[in-house]
Amino acid sequence: MANSFSSSCSPSMKFDFDEKPHVLAADDNLIDRKVIERLFINSTCKVTTTENGKRVLEYLGLADGQHPNHNDLKVNLIITDYSMPGMTGYELLKRIKESPTMKEIPVVVVSSENIPTRINQCMQGGAQEFLLKPLRLSDATKLRCHIKKLNNPLQGGFAGEDDHA
Amino acid sequence: MDVLSQLQRQLADFLASLYREGFVDDQFTQLQKLQDESSPDFVMEVVSLFFEDCEKLVNNMAKVLEQQVVDFKQVDSHVHQLKGSSSSIGAARIRNVCIAFKTFCEGQNREGCLRCLQQVNHEHAQLKANLQSLFTLERQIVAAGGSVPAMQ
Repeated sequence: MANSFSSSCSPSMKFDFDEKPHVLAADDNLIDRKVIERLFINSTCKVTTTENGKRVLEYLGLADGQHPNHNDLKVNLIITDYSMPGMTGYELLKRIKESPTMKEIPVVVVSSENIPTRINQCMQGGAQEFLLKPLRLSDATKLRCHIKKLNNPLQGGFAGEDDHA
Repeated sequence: MDVLSQLQRQLADFLASLYREGFVDDQFTQLQKLQDESSPDFVMEVVSLFFEDCEKLVNNMAKVLEQQVVDFKQVDSHVHQLKGSSSSIGAARIRNVCIAFKTFCEGQNREGCLRCLQQVNHEHAQLKANLQSLFTLERQIVAAGGSVPAMQ
């Protein structure tokens, strides 16, 4: 995977705008939220965790009746569990991708279950990636790399791979 | 061997046995790697949360299984939560019980479920005791002037 990028990527690489990337995570499991939080804080990201899809939409200003608040909001990556009460990770993914203001934010879906139809569904729906739980350090490092690339198109980024306009 | 080396040796051996006997798996190692100066008690915190969560889920499941008519979907949902949590912290034995537990839920087998619940309790107690010993050893090492690196 690393071979497709022109520059190497390590967690110590300084983020372009001297700002930590902001990861927004949704998972109904408290322990998973704690682990995701630490995984990304350790990969030098700022992390906001929520319990479900509705909270994510509220945070993004996409909930019914809200106005998108994209002026001071900066979210570089959304990670969502697939199985959540109320709204699945897939449904959340769709809502985000339907939003003119938020659709560019990469969404990663995670699940404890390895179900090919589910994986396909999410990838077709515009997910950046689908990862199996439990998440590991290498997952966070990989995603951290992606965030940097996406925010710095001059370095190659996902120009050729970003096909969910 | 000085005290510190002895303690470190004890810790290494103890940890190795926990892995060998399947109490914890590689995900536990991942958690240890996440612990650093900025979050020196991370593993202990997550583990504590897990044990609290486990207890709560077990109590809920026990109540549901006591009913005249058992709502197996509810039990299954709790098992799913427990399976997820145990998997996330590397509590391998508990996770394995959950796999069997799920099958009994799907088969609407009350007896099977009750047996699994008992097993979860048993594994919970064992893991708790083991991890408490682990944390005590780690504290002793730090007190003796050593540091506790992550395994592997």
